[in-house]
Amino acid sequence: MLEAYIPIFLFILVAVGFAIFTLIVAGLVHPSRYNRVKLQPYECGIEPLTDARDRYSVRYYLVAMLFVIFDVETVFMFPWAVVMDELLLFGLIEMLIFLFILIVGYAYAWRKGALEWT
Amino acid sequence: MLDTFVIPLLQIAVLVNALLVTVTFLVLMERKVMGWAQARLGPMRVGPYGILQAIVDPIKLILKEDITPANADRFVFTLAPIMSLVPALVVFSVIPFGPEQPYYIADINVGLLFIISVTSIGVYGIILGGWSSNSKYPLLASLRASAQLISYEIAVVMTLVSVVLTAGTLNMIGIVEAQREAGLWFAFVQPVACVLVFIGGLAETNRLPFDLPEAETELTGGFHTEYSGMRFSLFFLAEYANIIVISAIVALMFFGGWMRPFPNVEALAFLDLIPGWVWFCGKIFFFLYLFVWIRATFPRYRYDQLMAIGWKVLIPIAIGNLVLTGIAKVVL
Repeated sequence: MLEAYIPIFLFILVAVGFAIFTLIVAGLVHPSRYNRVKLQPYECGIEPLTDARDRYSVRYYLVAMLFVIFDVETVFMFPWAVVMDELLLFGLIEMLIFLFILIVGYAYAWRKGALEWT
Repeated sequence: MLDTFVIPLLQIAVLVNALLVTVTFLVLMERKVMGWAQARLGPMRVGPYGILQAIVDPIKLILKEDITPANADRFVFTLAPIMSLVPALVVFSVIPFGPEQPYYIADINVGLLFIISVTSIGVYGIILGGWSSNSKYPLLASLRASAQLISYEIAVVMTLVSVVLTAGTLNMIGIVEAQREAGLWFAFVQPVACVLVFIGGLAETNRLPFDLPEAETELTGGFHTEYSGMRFSLFFLAEYANIIVISAIVALMFFGGWMRPFPNVEALAFLDLIPGWVWFCGKIFFFLYLFVWIRATFPRYRYDQLMAIGWKVLIPIAIGNLVLTGIAKVVL
């Protein structure tokens, strides 16, 4: 069974090798005439005043949290979906209970305004 | 030795080359179609009808100066495009172009799960690229991009569960064979899922109408504003490879992959003269065209609209579709 993954590992090696190879080749042929202004971060011609790594909106953090929760729950559904042919009614009821819990959490997040972006 | 290493390596070489050529011509196609959509001609200078533009562009990108901004994190700045490109290429190892050996590289029983997990690794490339640039626009764009990608991923993955439910397997070849047994493309069995996955695919590849991460009127060039030369081209390559991946997934899961239309109708058996991988590539190109067509047609969403669509429209539809599929599976 594990042999089926050998081509995938080969592919990963080839892909990494390709990326590094092209970077090296391009590094050999491209011109490099740098100066101070060229190396500045681009801000539409205005001199950058502060470091870019500033504080940012907590919304992004919330989205990431919600993503982790929902994505993990979705992963649980894949094995269920594969064996559904054998489980049938039992499996359906089990999953409806699972989905109900998920939907309660979803509705809570919605009511609390976690999904608003204003 | 021959079967485990040499033949897969040859397949990988062919596939990667085909992919690179496809991407360069895809860019040309995009410019041409966009041009025609706007009553222009598109590129016309290099070669007949500008066809050689596809060859000149990569050469130009290789020869361009590659700048690392002074305040950037040098190591991560180089790592990010690689992190972005590798998953986009590796996904193709489990995408079958046909049911038997020379047409697929790896046939694993969790093919779909592999595709989903590997494509989501691409987010790291984007967020690292934006962060390491140490410039304001790329950072904002990468935050936007990652929030957008993970939001739409939930809806897409949940929708794919309902397709798995219909097919009863995670194996990509198995999913196509399930469509042969059903005698119907899953686009007709699961129309809602099909539309949802395609919309989600537009968002996951940052294409219009969801190209907020690259919104050039507000963010100059998106998360790769500071990138140039070859490192920029790697991002570019990854982006277009991802578009091809999404097209391939939609073609495989909803439009019968390498099967001719109406696989069970005997009267159309003459269509089998065209080999399966040609059908598959044709379907992929149809969706690639659709991507460009949509870009030429729709305006961009606002960011709060984008998040509202992802969280408040697509996810409820996905859950509803999943429940309905489950019930239909038990009742029928």
